[in-house]
Amino acid sequence: MKSTLMVGALLTALTATSAFAQAIKLADVAELSGGGATVGTNWKNGIDLAIEEINAKGGVLGRKLEVTHADSQSNPGVARAQVQKALDAEPYVLLGPGYSGSVKVTAPLAAEAGIAQIMGGEAAELTQAGNKFLFRTSFGQQSSMPKVAKYIHDDMKAKTVAVVWVNNDFGRGGRDMVTKELERLGSKVVADLSTEAGQADFAADVGKIKAANPDAVFVYLNEEESARILKELKRQGVTAPLMGETTLIGQKVIELAGDAANGARGHVGLTTDAPVDLIKAFREKFSKKYNYVPDHNGLKGYLAVYMVKATTEKMGKVDPKKFAETLHGLTIKAADEPGILMDVTFSDTGDIDRQSFLVEVVEGKQVVKQVLPKVK
Amino acid sequence: MSNLFDLLVAGLATGAIYALVAVGFTLLWQTSQTINFAQGEFVMLPAFLMLAAMHAGAPFWLAIILGILLSMILLGLGFKMLLVDPMMRHGVLPLAIATMALAIGLKEAVKQFFSAEASPFPSIVPTGDVSIFGHAVSLQSIGVLIVAILAVVGLTTLLNRTSLGHQMQAAAQNPTVARIIGVPVERMILLTFLINAFLVALASLLITPIYLAKFSSGEVLGQAAFIAAIVGGFNQVRGAIAGGLLIGVLDNLAAAYVSTQYRAAVPMIFLIAVILFRPQGLLGRAEERTV
Repeated sequence: MKSTLMVGALLTALTATSAFAQAIKLADVAELSGGGATVGTNWKNGIDLAIEEINAKGGVLGRKLEVTHADSQSNPGVARAQVQKALDAEPYVLLGPGYSGSVKVTAPLAAEAGIAQIMGGEAAELTQAGNKFLFRTSFGQQSSMPKVAKYIHDDMKAKTVAVVWVNNDFGRGGRDMVTKELERLGSKVVADLSTEAGQADFAADVGKIKAANPDAVFVYLNEEESARILKELKRQGVTAPLMGETTLIGQKVIELAGDAANGARGHVGLTTDAPVDLIKAFREKFSKKYNYVPDHNGLKGYLAVYMVKATTEKMGKVDPKKFAETLHGLTIKAADEPGILMDVTFSDTGDIDRQSFLVEVVEGKQVVKQVLPKVK
Repeated sequence: MSNLFDLLVAGLATGAIYALVAVGFTLLWQTSQTINFAQGEFVMLPAFLMLAAMHAGAPFWLAIILGILLSMILLGLGFKMLLVDPMMRHGVLPLAIATMALAIGLKEAVKQFFSAEASPFPSIVPTGDVSIFGHAVSLQSIGVLIVAILAVVGLTTLLNRTSLGHQMQAAAQNPTVARIIGVPVERMILLTFLINAFLVALASLLITPIYLAKFSSGEVLGQAAFIAAIVGGFNQVRGAIAGGLLIGVLDNLAAAYVSTQYRAAVPMIFLIAVILFRPQGLLGRAEERTV
């Protein structure tokens, strides 16, 4: 009797070990504390939700997914150390971080290890360094700004535009891209206003906008500065339509700017308010599991895991070395893989092409006014 | 031209707030040789006290009163008793350094207990504008100017026209003689601390709707007000008022006509010029040190 029990225990242990060996290991490094805690927590919860769903349906190619979460403390230095630690455990794919600065310092590590990195950063330069292992989950500026410029030119019918941007890598990247596109389309930039990160007083900048009297104003600042300039634009009675990209019409800006945000329009790559059935279903599942409505970072984390699933199924095997190569140029259709939510194509640089949304702030709420199609 | 008018109005409105803060600087300096490097944070904190009162369910008007009272207790009475009095006997410099430490402490405390993110803050003046000489001027700018002017007029009347004001001046100018003729010098010094706390709370109420409530928002303000006080004359209330308005206008004109990147440098260059050519400040009196 005793020996039967021993054999049984041994068998159970063996099966458990073999199941463990078969699991596909993912590593996530995200902003779980510090300034980016909202970003990282949404991203992590999105990942966990996707893995739970996939495992409940039998995993990927019959193998379960497993993830380890590490905290970058929203600090690029810590992110680098955590990514190094994660890579030492030889994961199948690296997920995160969400901050562009943290992605910039960790991407060379993943590339050196030959591990694909699916991240949340949006700065244009990230995918322009020739890294063959880096993939986005949302638009980089090179994908979003052409859509913004097209909308300003075609729909707002603006012949003259004032561009207000924040003087850092993020702001300069966006400003260069949108100015180039606007000029290509034939809209003239009549005021090119650089502002400082953390700037409190926008009276002089808005004064310059008033003097230039443009048909539209493109505002590309961080959240708090966006709110301050919206208030100042209202205070000085600027009536030209306002256009932004993701931040200007974000929930935090609406909360800070109050009434002054009403009427502002903007382009967003991902929003949980999108009129897409699969996104609505995601929002419902997420809210039910975590008791709050996710922001676009929740969507990004969720999509990252489904990118892993679709790419692996396309390869027909779990091969970390071939993963990046397969994902380059791949189109994943929502009809084949509902978890990807919207049809998406990955370029050779790891950038994405997907439909996106034009939203307007109406009575303190983001309202989707238009669905902008994929570029190609 | 209309642009210049707008810039002047916006500059005067900001400058009026700088003036309130700068007046506090000079008051503390005159009565107790305190250079308060936490003055900017003193402007940041009352907004959070008012927000905390609102979160606790108080209506805005009550939150304003509570915020001002609490500021006077914490930043007036508390500041004097817990920091200035014990540090005073060690000299001006250790006290100035202690106020720098206080500034860091206040910022970190707000970050810890409130949030590192900015919060919206309601305005006491409704939005909208009125037409002046054919120019649309926002009610908010006008409201800020009126409240600041009223505060300054009230303060100068108190200082120059009342017995209490004369006693305060006597205590500031020569505490020993003032004491001999029966002026309660200690009480007068405390009064200036309370007035300073009232002025910064008022400045907080006026500026926070525009700058948003954030732990770091005092940095810019403190610096601007400090420059304003030196430019105008550190030992003169009217100098601080003129300095505040001047720096506000100069800052806005610099941002418009020089560049946003160098806007902060222009008041600094002006400050250096004043120190070189008129060290007592534009309206200040040359002071002689006695040993």
